[in-house]
Amino acid sequence: MAEKTMLEAVHDAMFDEMKRDPRVLVMGEDVGGGGVFRATQGLSEEFGPDRCIDTPLAESAIVGVAIGASLNGIIPVAEIQFADFIHPAMDQIVSEAARMRYRSNGGWGCPITIRAPYGGGIHGGPYHSQSVEAIYGHVPGLKVVCVATPYDAKGLLKSAIRDPDPVIFLEHKRAYRLYRQDVPEDDYTVPIGVAEVKRKGKDITLVTYGMMLHHSLQAAETVQAEDGVSVEVIDLRTISPLDKQTFLKSVEKTGKALVVYEDNLTGGFGAEVAAIIAQEGFEFLDGPVTRIASPDVPISPYASVLEEFVLPNPEKIAKAIRELAAY
Amino acid sequence: MVSVSEPPSELGLSDDQLLDILYKMMLARATGQRERMLNRMGKAPFAVSGEGHEATQVGTAYALLPGKDWVVPYYRDIGVALVVGQTVRDLMLEFLARGENVSSGGRNMPSHFSDPKLRIVSGSAPVGTQILHAVGTAFASKLRGLDEVSMVWFGDGATSEGDCHEGMNFAGVHKLPVVFVCEHNQYAISVHWTKQMAVENVAVRAEGYGFPGVTVDGNDVLAVYRAAREAVDRARRGEGPTFIEAKTYRLVPHTSDDDDRRYRPREEVEEWSKKDPIRRFQAYLEEHGLLDAKTRDKLAKKAAEEVDAATDYAEKAPPPDPETALRHVFKEEEGE
Repeated sequence: MAEKTMLEAVHDAMFDEMKRDPRVLVMGEDVGGGGVFRATQGLSEEFGPDRCIDTPLAESAIVGVAIGASLNGIIPVAEIQFADFIHPAMDQIVSEAARMRYRSNGGWGCPITIRAPYGGGIHGGPYHSQSVEAIYGHVPGLKVVCVATPYDAKGLLKSAIRDPDPVIFLEHKRAYRLYRQDVPEDDYTVPIGVAEVKRKGKDITLVTYGMMLHHSLQAAETVQAEDGVSVEVIDLRTISPLDKQTFLKSVEKTGKALVVYEDNLTGGFGAEVAAIIAQEGFEFLDGPVTRIASPDVPISPYASVLEEFVLPNPEKIAKAIRELAAY
Repeated sequence: MVSVSEPPSELGLSDDQLLDILYKMMLARATGQRERMLNRMGKAPFAVSGEGHEATQVGTAYALLPGKDWVVPYYRDIGVALVVGQTVRDLMLEFLARGENVSSGGRNMPSHFSDPKLRIVSGSAPVGTQILHAVGTAFASKLRGLDEVSMVWFGDGATSEGDCHEGMNFAGVHKLPVVFVCEHNQYAISVHWTKQMAVENVAVRAEGYGFPGVTVDGNDVLAVYRAAREAVDRARRGEGPTFIEAKTYRLVPHTSDDDDRRYRPREEVEEWSKKDPIRRFQAYLEEHGLLDAKTRDKLAKKAAEEVDAATDYAEKAPPPDPETALRHVFKEEEGE
């Protein structure tokens, strides 16, 4: 087994799936030359320019053409270069891809995967840092994946490509080269819609995803060492469909829930998680369901000091854990 | 603007085909009229039809190979749906939102045609989005080495949408087997085309995307057919897209919720009624000895009977089971 970064894992998933299934192709801006993050490096050389397609610089077309192609026997993996640039394609994603199966009473379906690097903490300013998962997590007919580890990235991207319905596949770009992890060379998948307990604990349930997983794990180690507080960290991995059983089961054990997300506090996807815990886990609770997220300003300003001020980090998370533990 | 005056023999259509074209136009007209009537009777909350567009719709769709070529219509295309194989019964079941309707099982509004076995791609209501889907089906045909053609229909208003630009550009770059059909009826709901575009003929834009654009008299079914036939042949030969601008006029309000008297002078509607594409084609066929009053009346009666029978059937058909509203958000497992 080789150690891979998440970026390499994403690449490998596409490579393997293109090898496995001739219907799979990759399309997007700059993907032919390897892409701005190098996720599609070498795909054009291996599979030819007809299967790793440099499209015109037009996001609505990338998604809309992928939809049409998917109706005619192609399995497109459409890349949106940064999640911040996905908005011009929103109509195609929400009005078309998400509703195609429903509005045709099951007659048509769009087996497309839309990959987009997302998230802040990389000095990207307001247009290379956005978290867009809540927008799409709200839309029935879409599956929304937010990956943060190499193993999950490869297994989930393979599941997304094999899925008969549209999947928004969000890759946190700060996690791209964060660390290496053993990733099997052999074919494996991680199912969409299944959360994972990434750290076991007994005092507090911490529900998170994306880059916040890593910050939360670090915070959990800190409070364990310094305060003796045991935090169970759950990585949602998929926000739609949402695996609520995993976190409700954990809250039943711990009695306390902290939801950590990078997106703006108001209407972020963690708000839905908090609402579910408040409604369905009410009897288990021994403290307020608490959210840590970015303040309601456009994420995230460019200057380091501004960005650090806005984004949740291990210190802010540790502070929230301590407060909730003391409640 | 291109019109046809030569004898029908030069178009490669048999006498039977010519009469079939006429019949499909009459059937489309009768279906739209019936739908609007049922709406006024309170039997359906909404109606949108394409009276006046019959030559454009039937003439373009007639150039396709039904079941093989990809059909990406918009909400006015009753004539297109009928030519490629939907029946009036299919349309009436959809219009009355009955459970067994193939288009959407009662989910989409009427005239949002869909039929996978006929390769009619389900459409939405945001204008122009379907243009990209046709480019996508054509892209897949090319990548897979299949000699299929995709045809997409939209109004003059849709040419202002970004998706129209993005689609035409994409199709031009990849030289795709797709035919863009603009049913230019001069109004996007109430907005006159002069507020939509600064060019006399929107077909000139095609040149900017690297493929031909042609403007035809959209009330002349044979002119439309000839343009469509050339475009489809070109596409099938691998020579890339064509943009067809068919200048026509809608003889009825935008939808059942629209009152066109507030934006269209009655004299203008009257003027265009005189250019009715069905009467015009009938006159042409009569002139060439292919139609007489008896045959014309027989076709009209047949269309009326077909619409009557479809209406009766659809009115008796049950609405969808309410609980089906929760189905088909995602692909269902077999047996689910």
